[in-house]
Amino acid sequence: MALLEVENLQTHFRAPDGVNRAVDGLNFHVNAGETVAIVGESGCGKSVTAMSILRLIPEPPGKIAGSIRFNGRDLLKLSDREMRAIRGNEISMIFQEPMTSLNPVLTVGRQIGETLRLHQGMSKSQAEARAVEMLKLVGIPEPERRVKEYPHQLSGGMRQRVMIAIALACNPKLLIADEPTTALDVTIQAQILDLMRDLKHRVGAAIVIITHDLGVVAEVAERVIVMYAGRKVEEAAVEKLFRSPRHPYTQGLLGSMPKLGSSLTGDETRLQEIPGLVPSLKRKLDGCVFASRCAYATDMCRKVAPALEEKAEGHIAACHYAIKEAVAA
Amino acid sequence: MSKPILEVNDLKKHFPIRAGFFGGITGHVYAVDGVSFSIEKGETLSLVGESGCGKSTVGKAILRLFDITGGQVVLDGQRIDDMPAGTLRPMRRRMQVVFQDPYSSLNPRMRVRDILAEPIRNFGLAKDAADIERRVGDLMDRVRLPRDAVNRWPHEFSGGQRQRICIARALAAEPDLIICDEAVSALDVSVKAQIVNLLQDLQKELGLAMLFISHDLAIVEHMTHRVAVMYLGRIVEVAPKRQLFAAPKHPYTEALLSAVPVPEPGAARDRIILKGDVPSPIRPPKGCRFHTRCPYAFDRCKQEEPVLRQTEQGHWSACHLHDRPAAENPLAGERGAAVLAHH
Repeated sequence: MALLEVENLQTHFRAPDGVNRAVDGLNFHVNAGETVAIVGESGCGKSVTAMSILRLIPEPPGKIAGSIRFNGRDLLKLSDREMRAIRGNEISMIFQEPMTSLNPVLTVGRQIGETLRLHQGMSKSQAEARAVEMLKLVGIPEPERRVKEYPHQLSGGMRQRVMIAIALACNPKLLIADEPTTALDVTIQAQILDLMRDLKHRVGAAIVIITHDLGVVAEVAERVIVMYAGRKVEEAAVEKLFRSPRHPYTQGLLGSMPKLGSSLTGDETRLQEIPGLVPSLKRKLDGCVFASRCAYATDMCRKVAPALEEKAEGHIAACHYAIKEAVAA
Repeated sequence: MSKPILEVNDLKKHFPIRAGFFGGITGHVYAVDGVSFSIEKGETLSLVGESGCGKSTVGKAILRLFDITGGQVVLDGQRIDDMPAGTLRPMRRRMQVVFQDPYSSLNPRMRVRDILAEPIRNFGLAKDAADIERRVGDLMDRVRLPRDAVNRWPHEFSGGQRQRICIARALAAEPDLIICDEAVSALDVSVKAQIVNLLQDLQKELGLAMLFISHDLAIVEHMTHRVAVMYLGRIVEVAPKRQLFAAPKHPYTEALLSAVPVPEPGAARDRIILKGDVPSPIRPPKGCRFHTRCPYAFDRCKQEEPVLRQTEQGHWSACHLHDRPAAENPLAGERGAAVLAHH
């Protein structure tokens, strides 16, 4: 059994001019200890998926349907109280903005200790000792001094390390990281990615990383889910996805990124463009969600939504025309 | 060689820090502290570096969005940094800017037609109303937007389309130089590619010089002719792009290149992970400003600040390692291939 099984997740928001189908029928699973990346552009529903798993979507205007089974329990059926016992304990989350997600008027140590005292019933002094330990674990120098400092006294990279320390304090089984390095500079991003890789081996938590940066995906993920307009369009192991993307959207995304080192190989081509815009999520789409921007789209694509099919072993894509390899039955 | 369109000599911008009841000056932020470079006609120079290195301040100082503390800015042979406002005005037309955020850089209460007509009117570029209308239409064609969209408001456009409007507005003044300050950073991957292609096409069509300020090295490598790397208010390396990416001569450039995640799973690279954070530009370190994070720093780096020197034709770097024999200089060979790991 997988650690997390998301089935037919539908997160819709009521808006004055219709229903916004931010996530529309998403299925995926995460195994224990695995790193899964969810990629896509803004508005594809990747962050809403994360918020739905933790039930952080305000209802109304939001509405979550489907099922999210974590360790066999459906999170959507739990009471608020039961859910609170899971958040920050068994499932924790790292957000993009380390400045706005930390409380500016509490010391770093108090914020790390808060989860420990709440979930693990530690005393104040135990929690503080553990907070120092956690800061050491995430590589903050002089943890004994830093634990007494406030967020504004730390740099962006250090704040993100503190966020990771808070998230890992209770030894969660699942860590959701929503664009954990997007707000950081490249050299700091490299430090944080390195830290996440290292911690994964030491802590053994499964990680769902949400990002728009395919470079980050290639660095940390084992399996990748590509989302577009609220749906999953492709899923594969990371090497497979980058080596032979099946869905035209994934191909377009990879082609539209300039490669570092392009001047060395001498092939200075134009970047591949994906024409047009993401369709409005307020209208019900009958056909393929990507049909309006796809170079290969036919009438069939505009009428019939393609199902997610296994195109090669462990490689799923939702496209009528993606090449299919013989899959051993 | 032709005369450069833009020359920047020893540019300095120090922001005073005021504190206390009387607002006395208690210190300075040394945002830009002695930067020199030049841009030829039709050339793209990229300024790269991490946040707080002063790259945007350089752009704003050239545009004279504030007065500079020291140095010179020379546009097409004329010094503009100390020019009085009246004579500066026609020079302002010749340098235009595209900012990062297309949402906040367009007036929400102006139609696209008025946004584009404003610079044409301000600088008296059109003969009459019909001429303005014709020019606005041409601008829409240039940035591949439909002509009938001129009657719409900024909020009716997507981020990428708005950035096209910002580019059209910059072109309306018929500039010689465009400064793009993180102009594609806020856009999604697929839209970013559209705007990058557009900027490249426009540069070829119109022969524009461009100062491309960005932190995204892959985009820079794709777009630019030359690259200048900044760290804490100084340029540490300038080179034609091929040379810079193949053989970085400054340890910071090398680390920066190796830190960029590449979309190739399992790529074997010599990753250099810099320790710690960028020091504060209020109290930049003595000696080489990079010595606190440099993996190769030695005693001299803590004492003496290295100056930019030419190591190859057109390739300048500021590092003491180049005074050492080649065998002891880790940056002597072609390091780029190893940190980029493509082959």
